[in-house]
Amino acid sequence: MIEIKNLTKQFGNLTAVDDLTFTVPEGQVLGFLGPNGAGKSTTMKMIAGFLTPTSGTISVCGFDTETHPLEAKRTMGYLPEGAPGYGEMTAWQFLSFVADVRGLKGEHRKRRTDEVVEQLHLGKVLHQSIETLSKGFRRRVGLAQALIHDPKVLILDEPTDGLDPNQKHEVRELIAHLSRDKIVIISTHILEEVEAVCDRAIIIASGRLLADATPEELEAKSVYHNAVTLAVSELDDAVEAVSQLSDVLKVEVARESRRLIAIPRAGRAPYAAIAELSREKGWRVDELAVERGRLDEVFRQITMGTEGSGGRT
Amino acid sequence: MNQVLNIFKREIASYFATPVAYVFIVIFLILAGAFTFYLGPAGFYERNQADLLPFFNFHPWLYLFLVPAISMRLWAEERKSGTIELLLTLPVTMFEAVLGKFLAAWAFCAIALVLTFPIWISVNYLGDPDNGVILASYLGSLLMAGGFLAIGSCISGATRNQVVAFILTVVVCFGFLLSGIPLVLDAFRGWLPQALVDAIASLSFMTHFGAIAKGVVDLRDLLFFAMVIGFWLVANAIVIDLKKAD
Repeated sequence: MIEIKNLTKQFGNLTAVDDLTFTVPEGQVLGFLGPNGAGKSTTMKMIAGFLTPTSGTISVCGFDTETHPLEAKRTMGYLPEGAPGYGEMTAWQFLSFVADVRGLKGEHRKRRTDEVVEQLHLGKVLHQSIETLSKGFRRRVGLAQALIHDPKVLILDEPTDGLDPNQKHEVRELIAHLSRDKIVIISTHILEEVEAVCDRAIIIASGRLLADATPEELEAKSVYHNAVTLAVSELDDAVEAVSQLSDVLKVEVARESRRLIAIPRAGRAPYAAIAELSREKGWRVDELAVERGRLDEVFRQITMGTEGSGGRT
Repeated sequence: MNQVLNIFKREIASYFATPVAYVFIVIFLILAGAFTFYLGPAGFYERNQADLLPFFNFHPWLYLFLVPAISMRLWAEERKSGTIELLLTLPVTMFEAVLGKFLAAWAFCAIALVLTFPIWISVNYLGDPDNGVILASYLGSLLMAGGFLAIGSCISGATRNQVVAFILTVVVCFGFLLSGIPLVLDAFRGWLPQALVDAIASLSFMTHFGAIAKGVVDLRDLLFFAMVIGFWLVANAIVIDLKKAD
């Protein structure tokens, strides 16, 4: 369990993190979202024990990161932003160093090292120096060192940044398959990642917590939540008729693809009514689909709406 | 202490994984040899004495430029590459990290110093030197290198730029060297009370190294270097703690 209370970090006059409070229970994968410079990395650096909070407290598995830093650090694996590594060391030497410092010994040490090498497919590059590795491999070496001691808590700062789509997929699979009693905090600005791996998302901007919800709840905040896409040959008729429906707030039209998107009034779901309507009118329907909502639109709505004034939660 | 050893091992391996170690050792050996035989008021042979004074006399000046070249990367490089974040989120204390890195750099200097042994063999072959004095001189030289390294490590912790670290370290080390020579002391003698002039003089690496190099291993000289190293390493830990976010 991670408990964060009134966490604040100031750099001179700049408030990077402003009074954050949240807890993360065991088994949860928490996505940390926010525009660049929102304070995501700063918060993670404080949890990992690199930076000291200006005020507020962080407790990781019962250990306060300021009064019991070593105990807290032992429970955590941390991948810093950009996955730094000692360039002149080989991946193998680097992992051995981390295993030593983490106090792994004997059979257990060997098994864990083999496991992370296997999990992250590092076999081919094990004896190559880190500075000669591609961005994707460097990131994986960084993940391997964070995982090597099988930590209760994983703090991953942009773990998929700079990876190609296949590698991204692999890393997400890996996170999803970590055993269920772990806490994982990942920061990202890729919204699909939140949908793919996170149980919960926290959105921050200018250091403030703006939203704390499951990805589904966030999607429900979208104006496109339950919106209906209809592709039909008789487009003009359809636009006319669908606009009349009581559940529909407005209709967006995409002429080239002969589609309309019916945006519902708040809390309504016009799918059934539109399906009924098209059957009644005998339209030639090519596509009829409901949208879950658009996270990027919610993200913009939440983070832009509060810029400057800052107040909505 | 275990963690100090882990960090020490990683550091010392990294010296030899890059050309840094080889370049440093070769340059150090060439310069130490050349200075001994060709520079100074009387060269090694001209003095007609079986001792290594011409050799050790140049060590402060060699260290002045070579030691900052080692120390400049100690922390500046960690900061630049971001590995400082990795290192300090591992379960090690700040002082373990500072000490491990410092000891590795110091051990590296010791290796370079040990590799000057042919000159010791030469002088023993040519004459009958006082090997006790030579041993004391080696000890003094190593302590002085440690003092320079501790200063350099602290300054390296304050910046992410290795060139800045190098230049500042040379300047500060130069100050510590010079504080004992008449050029500096005479400038103060006219207007400062004798006690303060003595205090400045007592900070001089040259004076303390000179004393040990004469073969007089005085506890006060040893303590001086121990305290210089201790002071700068504590300052090092504080500087890094304060400037972590930069």
